[in-house]
Amino acid sequence: MLPAFVYWLFRYRRTWQSTAVVSIANPLLFLLAIGAGLGTLVQGDVEGVPYLRFLAPGVLAAAAFQNAFIDAGFGVATARGRERVYQTAIATPLSPGEVMAGHLLFVGLRVFVGALAFVVVMACFGLFSSFGTALAVLLAATLTGIAPATVVAAWAVTVTDFPRLNTVFRFVVMPMYLFSGTFFSVEQLPDPLQSLMYALPLWHGADLCRSLALGTATLGTTTLHIAYLGALAVAGVLIGRVTFRKVLYV
Amino acid sequence: MALIEAQGLEKRYPGTDVKAVAGIGFQVERGEAFGFLGPNGAGKSSTMRMLACVSRPSGGTLRILDRDPVSHGRELRARLGVVPQDDALDLQLTVRENLIVYGLYFGLSLTHMRAKSAELLEFAQLAEKAGERVEHLSGGMRRRLTIARSLVNDPDILLLDEPTTGLDPQARHILWDRLFRLKSAGVTLILTTHYMDEAEQLCDRLVIMDKGLIADEGTPRELIERHVTREVLELRFPPGEQEAAGEKLGGDVEVLPDRLLCYADDGDAVLGRVTELGLHPLTALVRRATLEDVFLRLTGRSLTD
Repeated sequence: MLPAFVYWLFRYRRTWQSTAVVSIANPLLFLLAIGAGLGTLVQGDVEGVPYLRFLAPGVLAAAAFQNAFIDAGFGVATARGRERVYQTAIATPLSPGEVMAGHLLFVGLRVFVGALAFVVVMACFGLFSSFGTALAVLLAATLTGIAPATVVAAWAVTVTDFPRLNTVFRFVVMPMYLFSGTFFSVEQLPDPLQSLMYALPLWHGADLCRSLALGTATLGTTTLHIAYLGALAVAGVLIGRVTFRKVLYV
Repeated sequence: MALIEAQGLEKRYPGTDVKAVAGIGFQVERGEAFGFLGPNGAGKSSTMRMLACVSRPSGGTLRILDRDPVSHGRELRARLGVVPQDDALDLQLTVRENLIVYGLYFGLSLTHMRAKSAELLEFAQLAEKAGERVEHLSGGMRRRLTIARSLVNDPDILLLDEPTTGLDPQARHILWDRLFRLKSAGVTLILTTHYMDEAEQLCDRLVIMDKGLIADEGTPRELIERHVTREVLELRFPPGEQEAAGEKLGGDVEVLPDRLLCYADDGDAVLGRVTELGLHPLTALVRRATLEDVFLRLTGRSLTD
């Protein structure tokens, strides 16, 4: 296994319990408060299903997206900055590309574990018709997180002032979190905004998760979503190979 | 065949015109302790990064173990040990885990690293701290752990960037003792420092760096003999009287903002002349010349600037 990934597993041994609690509590609170609580105010069905069924896969995708940004953004910037994890690793035979790959694998693992906890909570609410559906949604949510994570990591390794990460989180990640078809259908948005959302990754992730969860997925749109997110992930890795090398081999 | 050979070596960082390293040449032989002495900003750390094969030279040639550090970086790094200036240990992991993970980076197995880490912790006098988080270690202990970490791959060359900066005197002596042992075991040591006593204690040979260039090279003794006299008389006068006293005394005198340095083979004789001239220094001290005096002679500035 990649040593740069094993390093993060050693770190994870210290923190997994506390992060696991958050991973379960977060969806539980969300689905209870908004789905079952606020959701009772929603008159009738949304896109033909009760609001909780509509909401849950959207929030799952948005949570995966947000977790990925936090881990890949703040995690990478800290590893390069204050903690100097990367500088330590590249003094050995490891290359900047391997150091990046190890960290991205770990971000992927964290996104997967977070999505798994979410999917388990959704299952407890009886939101899946079969095990296969739950598995498909889990994989879709993981892809929704990994795709932007590679791009964010490629950028974050160049960031030396933390406030910039916060700014992007507040003005890019949060609006996407709210408007990408997470809480309501993108079709309710006025047109320029609607087209913008279709172009952004979280809408693809949310629609992929939702259509799989509700059994409305078609081969065409599913392929489109996966291709979009896959291409984004690959692009991030390619850019990251350049930025990691540039930053670490000064 | 020298272990390391540099000729006209340069480093210029992107976006600047200033050369951090402006064309230096040196050789390091197997088994010796070689030092780079100079103030902050002299280009020592930039040179060390190029030697560690993580920074591409901007000009000149560099050969390490008869290979090119850019094209054979991975292979070379496998044979180097690096002790960075800031330790860069993982504070959240335990002492032992820091060593194990680092060993894995070199492709060593977990089984091997379990045994190896015990041996290294013994060497670093940290055996009883093995299970503790690095967070709880003192500065001296962290430094020793960083040195232990740099030895996981039994390196041919050990690069130490300011190994004792920020340590108290006792911790420094413990560390020097460990470095002596490594040297006796045949490890080639390359270190940077801005402490004269450290350079005199540890280095067989050293170069004095200033503004990206090498001012001179030799053994500590050679450098002292070449540039300064055997003894130095240090005199302090009340503020403002330094210059006048220096002129009156004449001879081989360096006037510093806070004191006068009189170079002589017999310091006491000069002190006698001071009294004869009717000068009344606040303090007077005769001492042996050090590398600091050499540096001052070569650059006109003191090392601690």
